[in-house]
Amino acid sequence: MNLSYLFDPAHWDLGVTGSIPELILSHLGYVALALLIGAVIALPVGLYIGHTGKGSFIAINAGNAGRSLPTLGLLMLMVTLLGLGLLPVLIALTVLVIPPILTSSYAGMRNLDHRVVDAARGMGMHPWEVLTKVELPMALPVMMSGFRNAALQVVATATVAASVGLGGLGRLLIDGLAVNDYSRVLAGAIVVAVLAVLVDLFLALIQRWIVSPGLKGLS
Amino acid sequence: MIEYLRNNHVIVWQALQEHLYLALLPVLLGFVIALPLGYLAVRFPRLYHPLTNVYGILYSIPSLALFVFLPVILGTKVLSPINIVVALTIYTVALLARTVADGLRSVDAVVVQAATAMGYRRTRRLISVELPIALPVILAGLRVATVSNISLVSVGSLIGIGGLGQLFTRGFQLFYMEPILIGVILSVLLAAIADLIIVLVQRAITPWTRVA
Repeated sequence: MNLSYLFDPAHWDLGVTGSIPELILSHLGYVALALLIGAVIALPVGLYIGHTGKGSFIAINAGNAGRSLPTLGLLMLMVTLLGLGLLPVLIALTVLVIPPILTSSYAGMRNLDHRVVDAARGMGMHPWEVLTKVELPMALPVMMSGFRNAALQVVATATVAASVGLGGLGRLLIDGLAVNDYSRVLAGAIVVAVLAVLVDLFLALIQRWIVSPGLKGLS
Repeated sequence: MIEYLRNNHVIVWQALQEHLYLALLPVLLGFVIALPLGYLAVRFPRLYHPLTNVYGILYSIPSLALFVFLPVILGTKVLSPINIVVALTIYTVALLARTVADGLRSVDAVVVQAATAMGYRRTRRLISVELPIALPVILAGLRVATVSNISLVSVGSLIGIGGLGQLFTRGFQLFYMEPILIGVILSVLLAAIADLIIVLVQRAITPWTRVA
């Protein structure tokens, strides 16, 4: 066990296919696409359920149902159905990120202080204004924590893409294992863990930037 | 699918048993380790944040990397199920120790003071007052850990051990959907049943939470 693979400058050459920076980029690509598609699907549904209270059952159970779906199985199932390529990976990872985003956007909307919402209505705000100027900003901290949770999971799990022949940092794990090169496996593990921490820090910064200052004293 | 099951029931049954063992043993071990660790963070509040950060980092290590890497650290064989058990135990501890600490911290200070005033010493107060009150929170964490362990075991199949995950790799290599589908369904069912059992146990041992 040693760090020689990680610190070999030859493995950090951006132009080379299979170099660490290139794998980081493709890894982040899967992560970003999955989070984007997942958010586009889960956010409106979660917000709608949280806002209206209709279908709470779905939002509450989505979390557990999502956790129990084995991503590797789903991925391999999709590959046998759709063939090799980016699409099966994106489907499997998107299914992974939907539950935490859905559950947290639901919870954020549900646990609002109703007096504030009533006050906004009493001030004569249009329902659309109530949603965009009061409810959404107040639900944001909870929603962001769900989103960060999803990001953390998908950064770690996107390594499975390599098991069906795609790129990403899983390549270091799978290829290293195949040729018994543990230095390469260690490099992969470290880079993924560091990447997860960095992505979380980045999202924490965004959270600080977009959450209304008036809410920060509360939590 | 029925036909595949009929022809391969021995393999599927073995995979299911292995899966159950690989997923639930770590839950048990992790729970036993997490209880004192969680208490530690409550007893010495200064440790709470450092410990929570360590758990967060442990949880972000990809399972595949941990499965592959433990043999190097532990000196076990690559194909030894111990690697999976230890890796999942680490995840369980990372998740549960925090929940135990949060559960204990959520106990109303007034209740603790009342117990102290009634003459409860620290240990007895912990066991008969604080732990029972924290139980719903702790068991909620246990549900998450159990369900995610059951789905994580299958990743082990990439290194040759992984219960139902072996049906995934087998199906993938043959480009054949049946075993994968059976594996996914059984894995989800297993998680649902385990989750239901914990919920039922929780209902039985915390009757006071149902009094409105």
